[in-house]
Amino acid sequence: MNRRIMAWIVALAVLVAVPFVHSDPYHLHILVLILIWSFAYTSWSIMGRFGLVSLGHGGFMGTGAYVTALLWNEFGLSPWIGIPLSMLAAGVLALVVAYPCFRFRITGHYFVLVTLALAGIVLQVITATRDYTGGSLGYTPQRAPSGKGLLALQFDDKTTWYLIALAVWLAGIVIWHRIDRSMGRHAMEAISEDEDAAAAAGVNVTAEKLKITLISALMTALAGALYCQYQMFISPDTVSGIAVSLQMVFAAIVGGVYVALGPTVGAIITILLAEVLRISFGANAVGWDNLVYGVLLVLFIIFLPKGILGSVIDWIKSPRKPPRAHEQETVRVARR
Amino acid sequence: MQSFLDIFDIYFLEAVINGILLGGVLALLALGLNLIFGVIDVTWICYAELVMIGMYGMYYLVQYFGLSYWVAAPLVIMLVALLGAALHYLVIAPLLTSPPINQLLATGGVLFILQSFATVAFGIDFKNLGIRLPVLSLGDMNFSYARLLSFAAALLGMIGVYLFLTRTFTGTAIRAIAQDRQIMPLMGVDAKRIYLVTSAIGGGLAGLAACLLVLQYDVHPFVGLSFGPITFLICVLGGLGNFIGGFIASFLFAEIISLGGLFSDLEWGYVLAFAFFIVMMFIRPAGLLARRS
Repeated sequence: MNRRIMAWIVALAVLVAVPFVHSDPYHLHILVLILIWSFAYTSWSIMGRFGLVSLGHGGFMGTGAYVTALLWNEFGLSPWIGIPLSMLAAGVLALVVAYPCFRFRITGHYFVLVTLALAGIVLQVITATRDYTGGSLGYTPQRAPSGKGLLALQFDDKTTWYLIALAVWLAGIVIWHRIDRSMGRHAMEAISEDEDAAAAAGVNVTAEKLKITLISALMTALAGALYCQYQMFISPDTVSGIAVSLQMVFAAIVGGVYVALGPTVGAIITILLAEVLRISFGANAVGWDNLVYGVLLVLFIIFLPKGILGSVIDWIKSPRKPPRAHEQETVRVARR
Repeated sequence: MQSFLDIFDIYFLEAVINGILLGGVLALLALGLNLIFGVIDVTWICYAELVMIGMYGMYYLVQYFGLSYWVAAPLVIMLVALLGAALHYLVIAPLLTSPPINQLLATGGVLFILQSFATVAFGIDFKNLGIRLPVLSLGDMNFSYARLLSFAAALLGMIGVYLFLTRTFTGTAIRAIAQDRQIMPLMGVDAKRIYLVTSAIGGGLAGLAACLLVLQYDVHPFVGLSFGPITFLICVLGGLGNFIGGFIASFLFAEIISLGGLFSDLEWGYVLAFAFFIVMMFIRPAGLLARRS
């Protein structure tokens, strides 16, 4: 165990040192993007690993990004207050949709379709309120006057952003780990195996599911807000909607949903893939990256449902530890 | 004041009737999804994207190859039916034994593939068929023939599927498999073939919807997103696999969208429909027609 902690400390020290050793802005930009998206994918996998497959996380991310930016532009409210408020908004949204779902046992296909619709609706709302949000043309937070960068959470310096993103990403991993070691995880596993049995064993099914959904939604909103503050430009297509939701699912599954670093591996693979395609295809790349994503997603689900990292770890550990029952399938859904 | 009310009533009535007309096409889409869910137990997340491909098919056949609409439409229906069968054969069939959610996510991958394929192959600009149908004036109300035609064709399509399911051997086998998946192979029904046929019919319905929607809307790679989510909501509200529930839900949603669009933007109609859906979940969580257990 101590060796493991040592390894983490060394790895973190290396990660923190990166921008001071190698300060190429383009490479740092890619790293920041990887960290922010890793955090978002990790947030998705927090509920995704328990069979709560949500395709509505694009909605939460969009809420986080747009509420933060709108509060800053319209009311001059600093993102330091705006981000918690946007997370609150996403949390309320999550509760409003998830509570009836869980209370009335809308699971499996039904739950996926409802969340899918949620992502679609958030996109529609952003487009419909185009007088404020700029619609599908996108939206830019106003530049803060010089010297007020900290107040507005706007930094030109890539190193600062790298460190912020690293801290947030680490927090995401820690939360993932804490849940992995909590009683909640056992409750959720029981629920994903069999809701009736879990309820009979004294698990408060609705409350446990709501808790995990809320954590996941809050984190996703934070990811959206950070992305907005970093890129200084958001559009409905890049932070919200079904495409973003699917992108999260895809990356998490490619990396591996059942391991803490799986979504991070997924983010590294997908973002590098997109960059390589963009560079090699140039301006013609529009669409190609998603085409490759889609083909890979289908292939992964057919041939490697546990993801790259999950499969590698399994392969290393296989003689010692057989996979737990719930890990044999990506998700268990009670058939009607 | 009186005249204002008159105009308002006319608009209101027009919106109500347009809602019914829209409901026809939505019901067609919901029927396709419900059929596939009922028989194969998978949900095609990419269903609306099949429609999008069909709309492009119509556009190219009519605009580039100069075919008449009536020749192009059967071709497109066949094309999308083939696409549906291919989707089943390539993606769903290998996953039949894995958890349902994996099948659903795999079709999500297909959604990505179809959208980006359309972006790469056809570009992101809006294209339209260039066919302008006349407008029917009834009193002070105006209805486009495109919508009337869509409604009629959608009804005919649904009746066709109904007759196929009840009057032919294959149709009977499809309904039987939907009732009991395990026992039918023992009765001499080739489940693989039935699944393929069902997927083709589902695709064909998407193709028919494409031929009808292309008359009313411009086509672009993301057009599926504007009616895909609504179709899913309809299916869940009606109860997945429940044909009649889906039919009723289609008209309910179409009315909400149409009337919502009357008072504000069309997007708000969608938002209202979603709010309505959330409320309905509290009241009838297992679908409109579900018996309470």
